[in-house]
Amino acid sequence: MTPLAVSIAGALASFALVLVVLELIRRGRLRERYALLWLATGLTLTALSAWRDGLNTIARWFGVRSYPPAVLFAVGILFILAVLLHYSTVISRLSDQNVILAQRLALLEEEVDERVTDAP
Amino acid sequence: MSDERRVAIVPALNEEHSLPRVIDELRAFDPALDIVVVDDGSVDRTAEVAAANGARVLRLPFNLGIGGAVQTGFRYAFEHGYDFAVRIDGDGQHDPSQLDRVLAPVLCGEADIAVGSRFATESDGYRSSRTRRFGIRLLARVVSRIVGQRVTDTTSGFQALNRHGIALFARDYPHDYPEVEATVMVFRHRLRLVEVPVTMRERRGGRSSITALRSVYYMVKVLLAIFVGLFRRNVVPQEDAT
Repeated sequence: MTPLAVSIAGALASFALVLVVLELIRRGRLRERYALLWLATGLTLTALSAWRDGLNTIARWFGVRSYPPAVLFAVGILFILAVLLHYSTVISRLSDQNVILAQRLALLEEEVDERVTDAP
Repeated sequence: MSDERRVAIVPALNEEHSLPRVIDELRAFDPALDIVVVDDGSVDRTAEVAAANGARVLRLPFNLGIGGAVQTGFRYAFEHGYDFAVRIDGDGQHDPSQLDRVLAPVLCGEADIAVGSRFATESDGYRSSRTRRFGIRLLARVVSRIVGQRVTDTTSGFQALNRHGIALFARDYPHDYPEVEATVMVFRHRLRLVEVPVTMRERRGGRSSITALRSVYYMVKVLLAIFVGLFRRNVVPQEDAT
């Protein structure tokens, strides 16, 4: 069985994550688009920590008998991987866009220079 | 009053086929109207077609999504000192001949923002697919509850705004699927919004940017944004910065 202290600590920590994410959105420091995955992480971990029978059952499905909270780690790591992968796609898009911006700026500068030189 | 300056903001993503007609119809509605097409990173000839038809073109270097594109238009309108702006989609969904109806409440000072609604009355224009209609209705109900005024179509991009509305949206406008959040924002800033019944047409060319799975995602995102927004401090009414 999962130790009670582990369930309580896990639930509190995960719920704190949810609150922090919501507060960041409220202050406008985190966009909803990037917050959804974090919210899913926090809510799932909260549920798994608080719902002790559920955690034990899921652990049994995967043959984890000695220490059910290991499932918490596994799920947590999965979510972190998902968030990181998501960030990688975001960073890739941003760097592509950055290249385009720089190129457009160079073309624009050249055009402005041209006009300044052409002007009488 | 001829010294009032009006601009039509037309966001367009790959709309080379429908744009000429939209621009023609806008001209027919009001020859003095300045037309600004915001090309949101189209891969077809949208920008060329718009320019060839005499519109001003703001060409975004890459796709910003509808919110970012429309806001570019509002920024333009704000910085160029326009008194009134109408927003009309480049896909031909909105019928420019109904613009006088949408503009009327704004012109007579009754509202800061007027929105053309498909659902304000029972009409028989194009009203979108069944699932999307459900989503639109649900959002409308939530938004009505929050703002304390009946709003029937929170996803309509057929709008007219005065200087206050332009200033607000130029400064702050939500991102992808923006109209719902924008509606709530308008009320938070104590601007007056009215809905005007309109009929919409089925889009003429291009594809809707919203697919089934995406609309679920947007729904969750928008509801989250609205509910978190409720806990923001109330925004003090803003005076026009100019």
